[in-house]
Amino acid sequence: MDIAWYLVLSALLFAIGAGGVLLRRNPLVILLCLELMLNAANLALVAFARSTGTQEGQVFALVVMVVAACEVVIGLGLIVAMFRRQLPLDVDDARKLHG
Amino acid sequence: MEAVAFFAGAIGALAGAVGVVALRNPFYSVLALIVHLIALAGLFLLLYAEFIAAAQIVVYAGAVMVLYLFVNAYVGGVEEPIWEPIPGQRFLAPIFAGAIFVEISIAVLGTGLSAIDSEGPTLPGGFGTPAEIGEFMLEKFLVVFEGASLLLLVAAVGAVVLAGRKRREPTNPDGGGREAEQPASTYSGVAS
Repeated sequence: MDIAWYLVLSALLFAIGAGGVLLRRNPLVILLCLELMLNAANLALVAFARSTGTQEGQVFALVVMVVAACEVVIGLGLIVAMFRRQLPLDVDDARKLHG
Repeated sequence: MEAVAFFAGAIGALAGAVGVVALRNPFYSVLALIVHLIALAGLFLLLYAEFIAAAQIVVYAGAVMVLYLFVNAYVGGVEEPIWEPIPGQRFLAPIFAGAIFVEISIAVLGTGLSAIDSEGPTLPGGFGTPAEIGEFMLEKFLVVFEGASLLLLVAAVGAVVLAGRKRREPTNPDGGGREAEQPASTYSGVAS
């Protein structure tokens, strides 16, 4: 398969993730859609690593996975904190930054 | 044969992605994302990224998704309300998503890179194996590796600070933490 197929698939997955971030209002699902976008970027990185025949892109993809794990941990911590403070789990209702 | 594997993986990844966005119950969204991640791991294998595929399944589809499921079970099934605070959001979001797709596709396919119209060069043996990636991580990208571990440490401490329960002051029994006195089970927004 040509590398272009993988790149178009990655663009499509990124667009689906971005549409989900715009569409959904549950913070948990928004985090899931962010994962979709990061994974689409990973697919593009690995595809480019294949097309150039070097492995630096794969190391970059691993670092992206680490950053995604950190983002998940912080995001889920925020969701648990919102739940503890009895705030509604809806990103449109969380407008004020006060503790 | 490779085309069949590619399209099977692509259809699985696309179905999982659409499921994440379209399913109303967050629990099913998490399950759809697991399908998406496993299909994507198959695509990584087609691109000779063995270690990335293994890490994707073990770390992502295993550990991270279990974290999601735990938080989902803790928070409870929260259904989204039907009314929209931003009018037309339901119609505008797919239009913007389609615009992003068209834009990235034009940028990718219209690029001057000639290598994307081929399958890529023939690879040396051991491309993408754990031994090669490990050598890169510990020799050429050692600073990046240490930075990533530091970032993970900061994220773990930050999550404990964010989600941890505040302790009551032992000297002042009246001024305890507000959220410590309210049990989580009284949350009214949980759909049983």
